[in-house]
Amino acid sequence: MNQFITAVLTSLSSGAIYALMSLSLVLVWRSTRVVNFAQAGQAVLTTYIGYAVIQKTGSYWIALLVAVVSGAVIGAIIDRFFMRPIFKRITSGPIVMIAPVVATLGLLGIIQAIIGFVWGLTNQSIETPVSNAGLSLNGTVVAFSLYNALVLVIVTLVMVLLTLLFQKTNIGLALRASAYSPEIAKLSGIKVDAVRTLGWAIAGAASGLAGMLYIPNTYLYPNAMDVLLVFGFIAAVIGGLESMAGAVAGAMVLGFAINFSTSYISTKLVFPTAFVVLILVLLVKPSGLFAAKKGRSA
Amino acid sequence: MSGLVVENLTIDHGAIRAINKVSFKVPQGKLSAIIGANGAGKTTLLRTLSGLKDAQSGSATWNGKSILRQKPEDLARSGIMHVSDGKSVIAELTVKENLALAGLWRKDKADVAKATDEAIELFPRLGERLQQSAGSLSGGERQMLAIGRALIARPKLLLLDEPSLGLAPLIIEQIFQTIKTLTAKMNLTVVLVEQNAIGALKIADEGVVLNLGSVVAVDNAQTLLNDPAVRAAYLGF
Repeated sequence: MNQFITAVLTSLSSGAIYALMSLSLVLVWRSTRVVNFAQAGQAVLTTYIGYAVIQKTGSYWIALLVAVVSGAVIGAIIDRFFMRPIFKRITSGPIVMIAPVVATLGLLGIIQAIIGFVWGLTNQSIETPVSNAGLSLNGTVVAFSLYNALVLVIVTLVMVLLTLLFQKTNIGLALRASAYSPEIAKLSGIKVDAVRTLGWAIAGAASGLAGMLYIPNTYLYPNAMDVLLVFGFIAAVIGGLESMAGAVAGAMVLGFAINFSTSYISTKLVFPTAFVVLILVLLVKPSGLFAAKKGRSA
Repeated sequence: MSGLVVENLTIDHGAIRAINKVSFKVPQGKLSAIIGANGAGKTTLLRTLSGLKDAQSGSATWNGKSILRQKPEDLARSGIMHVSDGKSVIAELTVKENLALAGLWRKDKADVAKATDEAIELFPRLGERLQQSAGSLSGGERQMLAIGRALIARPKLLLLDEPSLGLAPLIIEQIFQTIKTLTAKMNLTVVLVEQNAIGALKIADEGVVLNLGSVVAVDNAQTLLNDPAVRAAYLGF
């Protein structure tokens, strides 16, 4: 019973971190049709910035705030000064789809190289702000800590805030309209380019949060977020790529699949499970388990 | 001159010259119908006037100011609203959200609310479906929603692309009558692009007949309707 409860709890807290990453990817995909490989670089860069803040101030919480804000700023800068010029120059042919994606791959390499140059390639670590020791349940210690619980609470709170932002505010309406139909949004007077940059900023902030929540459980090095990028993508694909709720649900499916297979079968099953889930979803329902409903096409 | 003035406008669509040295004027407060068969270049012309496409040469001015090489969102904010062809609504958003789009950037929120009420009064069907997704609407309702949304920006110049496309005759009649009423009531200037030449000319002040990218006739709409040569060659009746 303890094993089951622990598996559920760890599924939720790791799923929560995957959700932040898949949400970042979906936000960028929806608003600019770019699969953003650089998201892993952005997330690890902001975590290094957070690490530097901890070195200076000793406060995890100040570092978290700085990482999230710098994530937003870096996301906006990448869109404004990197992606937007690319889209301006390339307007037709198959290269339209490929060039921006390859550009993000290049950007990922550049960011990771800069990090290595500034901070070196050795592992650094960030201490958890609250105890990461397993809690005791019915007298036995389980693999779920106070820190895991904190992660779950923070991510839930952020999801609620994002939902309110997207569903209840004018900015959210502009973000959704620009994602669904840039042309109609422009013709309605919405500054779609600026709205897209805002989408990149929100995605950058979310991945910045993901980095600061994920790294304390492991080590910080230039490629530290690559794994999360892969899981984020898988979660996004399970969720149908278009839907934010789908991204979160996909992340939870992945979190449960990974934690249950590693808890009940073998700890070596992290990646095999992730890819089996991905391939099953692609075979059974390629549009994603939670693809957004389309209106009637008549 | 106040109003829309298009002079020697030339537009390429890919490798094809879609619009070749087209000139016409729409005085303020008037309704001009641009008619012609499929492929005459009508949609390309409208997309250029609303900033979605670049022109190769020529000029287009609205009340004396050039509207070429400007962003569509800036033109929209200056009162030039383009209702693009087909079902120009965002299917994933609700009817209410679709209407709100054209008022998001407006400072005068009280007037946005008033304009929204007026649009719903004009198209009561929309009022009954505010919380429904626009994707669940019929073709006629979508056209009403697209026009209603444009009105919320308090436009001066309305560019309408084939509002009758794919609609039942009874609805077409209703949409055309609404366009005519609006033009007079709101002192709108309207460019109405249509394949449905008879319906469009009946409500228009002037008609511009396009054929393969060139203007072949410009005249009073009634005169065009009654001109046997124009009817036989371009209107097909």
